[in-house]
Amino acid sequence: MGFLTGSTLACLADSCFEAMMKEGRVRREIREKEISSCSIFGAMNRDGERFTGEGITRAIANMHVRGNGLGGGFAAYGIYPQYQDYYALHMMFTGGNRQVKREAKDKFEAFLCANFDLVYDEEIPHDDEVRVMDPPLIWRYFVAPNKKGDEARLSDDDYVVGKSMWVNTQIENACVFSSGKNMGIFKGVGFPEEISEYFMLDRLYRGHIWTAHGRFPTNSQAWWGGAHPFGLLDWTVVHNGEISSYGTNRRYLEMYGYKCTLFTDTEVITYAVDLLMRRQKLPIELVSKVLSPPVWKSIDRMDGKSRKLLTALRMVYAPLLLNGPFTIIVANQREMIGLTDRIRLRPLTAATRGEMLYLSSEEASIRLISPDLDQVWTPNGGEPVVGELSERGCQ
Amino acid sequence: MRSYLFPEFQVFRDESKCNQCRGCERQCAFGTHIYDPATDRMQTDETKCSGCQRCAIFCPRNALVVRPTPPYYRPNEAWTREKIDDLKKQAETGGVLLSGCGSDKPFRIYWDNIVLNASQVTNPSIDPLREPMELRTFLGRKPDLLEIDDCGEICTELGPNITVEAPMLFSAMSYGAISYQAFNSLAMAAREFGTLFNTGEGGLPREMREEFGRYATVQVASGRFGIDAEYLNCARAIEIKVGQGAKPGIGGHLPAEKVSSKVAATRMIPEGTDAISPAPHHDIYSIEDLSMLIYALKEATNYELPVSVKVAAVHNVAAIASGIVRAGADIVAIDGMRGGTGAAPKAIRDNVGIPIELALSAVDRRLREEGVRNRCTIIAGGGIRCSSDVIKAIALGADAVYIGTAALIAMGCTLCQKCYTGKCNWGICTQDPRLAGRLDTRIASQRLVNLLTAWSFEIKEMLGGMGINAIESLRGNRDHLRGVGLYEWELDVLALKGAGE
Ligand code: SF4
Ligand code: SF4
Repeated sequence: MGFLTGSTLACLADSCFEAMMKEGRVRREIREKEISSCSIFGAMNRDGERFTGEGITRAIANMHVRGNGLGGGFAAYGIYPQYQDYYALHMMFTGGNRQVKREAKDKFEAFLCANFDLVYDEEIPHDDEVRVMDPPLIWRYFVAPNKKGDEARLSDDDYVVGKSMWVNTQIENACVFSSGKNMGIFKGVGFPEEISEYFMLDRLYRGHIWTAHGRFPTNSQAWWGGAHPFGLLDWTVVHNGEISSYGTNRRYLEMYGYKCTLFTDTEVITYAVDLLMRRQKLPIELVSKVLSPPVWKSIDRMDGKSRKLLTALRMVYAPLLLNGPFTIIVANQREMIGLTDRIRLRPLTAATRGEMLYLSSEEASIRLISPDLDQVWTPNGGEPVVGELSERGCQ
Repeated sequence: MRSYLFPEFQVFRDESKCNQCRGCERQCAFGTHIYDPATDRMQTDETKCSGCQRCAIFCPRNALVVRPTPPYYRPNEAWTREKIDDLKKQAETGGVLLSGCGSDKPFRIYWDNIVLNASQVTNPSIDPLREPMELRTFLGRKPDLLEIDDCGEICTELGPNITVEAPMLFSAMSYGAISYQAFNSLAMAAREFGTLFNTGEGGLPREMREEFGRYATVQVASGRFGIDAEYLNCARAIEIKVGQGAKPGIGGHLPAEKVSSKVAATRMIPEGTDAISPAPHHDIYSIEDLSMLIYALKEATNYELPVSVKVAAVHNVAAIASGIVRAGADIVAIDGMRGGTGAAPKAIRDNVGIPIELALSAVDRRLREEGVRNRCTIIAGGGIRCSSDVIKAIALGADAVYIGTAALIAMGCTLCQKCYTGKCNWGICTQDPRLAGRLDTRIASQRLVNLLTAWSFEIKEMLGGMGINAIESLRGNRDHLRGVGLYEWELDVLALKGAGE
């Protein structure tokens, strides 16, 4: 994981080494990469005013045909002000029957109590009238890290990521799918508007940033945890596309300790963003030039300083170039960013109205919920649209 | 002693076409064709023929056909014609069998068992005729991260990196082993195309340094021939040659006959003496010794040139490569067992080392596991025959490839394997001014540039088909490869899925 420190990485390397010694030959990976297409939408109030999920639900529902009912989801920021200092863990407990789900929950809670201080927990409210396929037991926990021994050296973020990874890989039928503060992901199998109704996003939550995703996977696997957005602490990514550089990107990220277990582009993009923005502290303008760099012909024409910088960026971060079609909306507590691939093979429309910023696969969806816009534009390939909280918003 | 060998080749002359122009007689340095004034007919001594096809191609009447003699012995799977003939040769000479070129033995060529991917529906293929398609490649060490201050200035120190316009470089071929003309043609082609040639261990003639130094990788090999400060500093990169795929573990021997005055001056040895490269570097008996040489060369060039270490692909090449990176090398060049040579003992050429595909995959994986893959560039060589081999090598983890034999073929070589005789009729592997003069550097370099250009086009087509528009997005991207007809262990080593998986 992105936040692992040197020592954790060393442990990882050790365990790899042990595995190698035990098995002799390293087995090839034969899991299939997941391919999907989709609709994406994002809405942000740059003054930090919070609004319900009603508008974004209508907007993403308007792109119904871009999905096929096998996955929908939302990320909302600013929804838990009363618990803003605590990590909000959204959990799924899956399984064939109630008994299995309960067992997973019991196991998880035993683990939780040993590693975190629990402040509050409850089942995430949902509307049973809404017909969704095979819903898991979904629960949320507001927690503070309870670091002991060696782990006391870790930052809170690293600790939470490490523990989440442990849960996801070690506790059967339990999945942490949202782990940031004052934010949450809501997702499942169904059309996004059904998921929104199921979680009653239009009534129960108010946030200053919302992103949404409607999914069209080419395989029929229907797993609630496999829906999007994908999140890591308070970073979330929704993504439309199919990157052809996946293998290169993934192998590079694995060198930095990230474990790609879902085999989706979104997972890899999230880790890439995490590595560049959070760990290497590059500003988004440069991160976008790593993910969707200009072509050499343009770089060669630039003035000395920019040419030098962009050449170095492309040279050093070549394995993080995301090649092939994609549009992503990346969000965290303070910003929402839209970006397309370098030759813009997937759609993205941006629009503003007052302090509102919208990003969408289709303009019609923005117009549906905000007919009069100040500005509407189609960003060029590789040019990020960045929405940041204003000073007022930050307060 | 009478030789019990059959001639290796048969020469058929169509008497109805031949007009006794004696062209073939002049073309063949081995003396296969002789004019008989008594009968006014051309005579043939087939025992001399190397099968290089020079006469057949240059006969103005197309009167000649040269083809291998069929194996006349009783068929025998164990005692093949080659085994019997090699044995007879040794019985007649008592010597080590020499050969030129890379191994011709039927070891599996993995390239031919790997297929490429293409985009269909879920993402678009890209048309290289309409869209940018980028092959630019950097060779050298990259830092793990780039620190950039608020003004957009780079604070991280970047090691020297070389830019090439396509991930293909000419591999090491020394002046001495090849003719001045062939050597010059490679240099000219590298300059024109925007890539590098490699001096091999024979030095770089002084008059070429200013003009071609910037397109040269200069080698430092165990014989230390032709090395001075200017040689190192005029170059673009330095390569320490530890081993060669065609003859891992042994040195080189340029016979005195090939050491002309110019070769001698370039190698800085007396004219007409044998130029012998010892098997090991006698100052490198361990990895720390290698490290010292790497840094000595860096010191000598003010840390402005990347230093490459070239090793033959041998059994534990992955661990060796990892050591080389840790020893401070910026580039690791791996030469597979099918790599070419001017002369090598046949027993070694055909039996030592491992195929480049497996070696490359193992090295790439090991360097990733150890988190040092970005600290170096991997160049794979030894058996790259076509553009699809190049692209498959990139997907198996190479940053770039070395092409040697393919470049020689572009200049006219027909893989007759007689390079060690110094009588190359194509003017490539010879120091005989009459033979070398046959190679017109203008034409030969044009043929080389054409080759690289054609391969670049093909690489772009294949990349575009996969929905990729920059070569770096294919590097190590095995997702775009599948194996066909390979065993499970081979797929494991290559880290590939089988087709349909
Ligand atoms: S080159 Fe052709 S035409 Fe001339 S002598 Fe030889 S075989 Fe006859
Ligand atoms: S270089 Fe000349 S001698 Fe060597 S294989 Fe090629 S044609 Fe034959």
